[in-house]
Amino acid sequence: MTEKITVALAGNPNVGKTSIFNAITGSKQHVGNWPGVTVERKMGKRVHNDLEMEIVDLPGTYSLTAYSLDEIIARDFIIEEKPDIVVQVVDATNLERNLYLTTQLMELGVNLIIALNMTDLSLAKGDRIDAGKMQEFLEVPVVSTIGSKGNGIEGLLDEITKEFHRPQETDNVFTYDDAIEKISQDIESVLESDSFFIHYPSRWFSLKLLEGDENIIRKAKESDSYPDIEKILNKVDAELLEAKIADQRYKTIQTMLRQVCNINTCSLSGSDMVDRVVTNKYLGIPVFLSLMWAAFEVTFTFATPFMNMIDIFFGWLAEAVTNVISVPWLASLVGEGMIAGVGSVLIFLPNILLLFFMISLMEDSGYMARAAFIMDKLMSRIGLHGKSFIPLVMGFGCNVPAIMATRTIEDTRDRLITILITPFMSCGARLPVYVLLAGAFFGRDAGVVIFSLYALGILIAVVSAKLMRGTVLRGEDTPFIMELPSYRVPTLKGSAIHMWERGRIYLKKAGTIILIGVVGVWLLASMPAPGSNAVFASDAVYGTTQSVIGVIGQFMEPLVAPLGFDWKIAVALLFGVVAKEIVVGSMGVLYGAGENEDNLSQILAAGAMTPLAGLGLMVFTLLYAPCFACIGVIKRETGSWKWTMFQLLYGTSLAWIFAFIVYQAGSRMGLLV
Amino acid sequence: MKEETLDFIEPDTSVRVLKVTGQKSSRKRILDMGLTPGTRVDVVRRAPLGDPVEFKLKGYNLSLRKREAETVLVEIVE
Repeated sequence: MTEKITVALAGNPNVGKTSIFNAITGSKQHVGNWPGVTVERKMGKRVHNDLEMEIVDLPGTYSLTAYSLDEIIARDFIIEEKPDIVVQVVDATNLERNLYLTTQLMELGVNLIIALNMTDLSLAKGDRIDAGKMQEFLEVPVVSTIGSKGNGIEGLLDEITKEFHRPQETDNVFTYDDAIEKISQDIESVLESDSFFIHYPSRWFSLKLLEGDENIIRKAKESDSYPDIEKILNKVDAELLEAKIADQRYKTIQTMLRQVCNINTCSLSGSDMVDRVVTNKYLGIPVFLSLMWAAFEVTFTFATPFMNMIDIFFGWLAEAVTNVISVPWLASLVGEGMIAGVGSVLIFLPNILLLFFMISLMEDSGYMARAAFIMDKLMSRIGLHGKSFIPLVMGFGCNVPAIMATRTIEDTRDRLITILITPFMSCGARLPVYVLLAGAFFGRDAGVVIFSLYALGILIAVVSAKLMRGTVLRGEDTPFIMELPSYRVPTLKGSAIHMWERGRIYLKKAGTIILIGVVGVWLLASMPAPGSNAVFASDAVYGTTQSVIGVIGQFMEPLVAPLGFDWKIAVALLFGVVAKEIVVGSMGVLYGAGENEDNLSQILAAGAMTPLAGLGLMVFTLLYAPCFACIGVIKRETGSWKWTMFQLLYGTSLAWIFAFIVYQAGSRMGLLV
Repeated sequence: MKEETLDFIEPDTSVRVLKVTGQKSSRKRILDMGLTPGTRVDVVRRAPLGDPVEFKLKGYNLSLRKREAETVLVEIVE
């Protein structure tokens, strides 16, 4: 008979926790979110001997304070869900800081096992670590592993089994000086006499009180015995105590390390040598820009042939199906609605997979932290973190993978702001609209006009970020305290898993929203307007004044008239929400130019639209509601319809205001008439 | 021995931490990362744009913005 147990994986960031998780669970993984927040939660299963283990990957943390969401999630899981076993993955090349978390896990009284990971790297560095002695000192099982190669995983699973069947007694090896111990014991006895605290390990709780942990103090205030606790706490200097506790944890670790290992700290590590170039005062920025350029090229240039293939395939499929189905409206629904809809979901997949492959290489190698280190000064000016730079740059290719790339930003608020401003980075799909309009109206100056649009987008993103920081997303800046992990060789397997995971999330979560949006627009364009006796989904209806969308366009004309737009533009912009480049095709049909862009350009230049309105339309296209795919990922990444709608309305309002200024101010000043 | 704040220390200098001041949330994180009193810290380099700054302590590399480094009181060793 198999028994079900829960095993939580804890550890610092960059210690190879993911590779251990992958090695244990293989492909049996499930990615979701922690309840109520958008921090990712990974779970997996593994059967070993008589145990069915559910492995929960906790967020990577350095400590278990109440100051970061990740740390709160990790400790709440341990306290409330009471996993049977907690495995802490420890980086053998960086023991001292890694073991700091160990001290807190031990104080929590969990059934702890240490996976001493990357032992190959520590050995190569010349360190000698005696895992047996470490186990003796900590009174916790220690298993050596090399996650990237899958070594030691069986041993770890055996140890989990043994530990689960072993009767538990928690001895605490982490004792503090007499003064702290005395106060802690006083508090512990109060806690133990009050049934309110029965769920909490009393030693951990009392130490957290002494460290001044806000969440814990708030919890304690709910109890009847808080006055007694307060009396004890009032006698101590909180700030001094907090430093003393951290200090003594590190001292105990140092004492142990002197006994269990011989660490070679003298030599300049390979990482330090790489950083002499990569974060060098003069070379740092050129190296960074070259790598950005390479990542951008790979993501968007390499993806083009695949995207064309998808495009051609779905075009062919739609046509083939249309020819087979004899009922015209059904043929149109299947061909132009559903197949085109699925195509418009899949078309982004090559971009997403390639971008995440590149990001995974940068993260796993350790370069991502350097990129943030280099760009932080610039980004901090608009209240963001250095890590926000990469998603924003990728936004110029396509906003969809760019928004998904904000996952690398730890702070929730920084991430949210980055997501909300990324759509102002003018993506590749908006370029055809600019090329058409700038070409039609500005001839030789088209290049300057297009460049200015990109610049306007950046400017609006910067101002918006500052504005949001000061209003809807106010709050003190999060302190910038970032590890620069040692460089490592990324594994192909790790990157492939990461890439596939992102692709799957996109298809599952964003795909539905995109599909509904695309089919919805098809319906609006195909349904004959009330009173019209045209046939549903016939060519005579599709997108014309005879269709519902046409009526909506005409209805909206007064709204866009101050911008110099007519109902045809309104309809083209509605279609543009399916995908921005569709604006061009829709205008072609509506202005009677067919598929030929040169015709359309001539018709526009001949007076169908004034150059000022054309300029306004480009500005509007830059800023207004992003496409369905983008809306889908904003919803998925923010986990909130409220923020998704906020982006949509904010962008569209800005679009209207700027196009209004362009058209009205321009006309008054007699420009471009 | 002269007390200074960590943001003023030039690269390639070694210091010892005396005290961490500043707001509670950042103070706690800085302590958790190992900048406890007595710890030896090597200032490695400034980022190409001048901020943040990279440090080496306890065998690993950490970066802090000057604003955070300002809250760490240190004395120069050697």
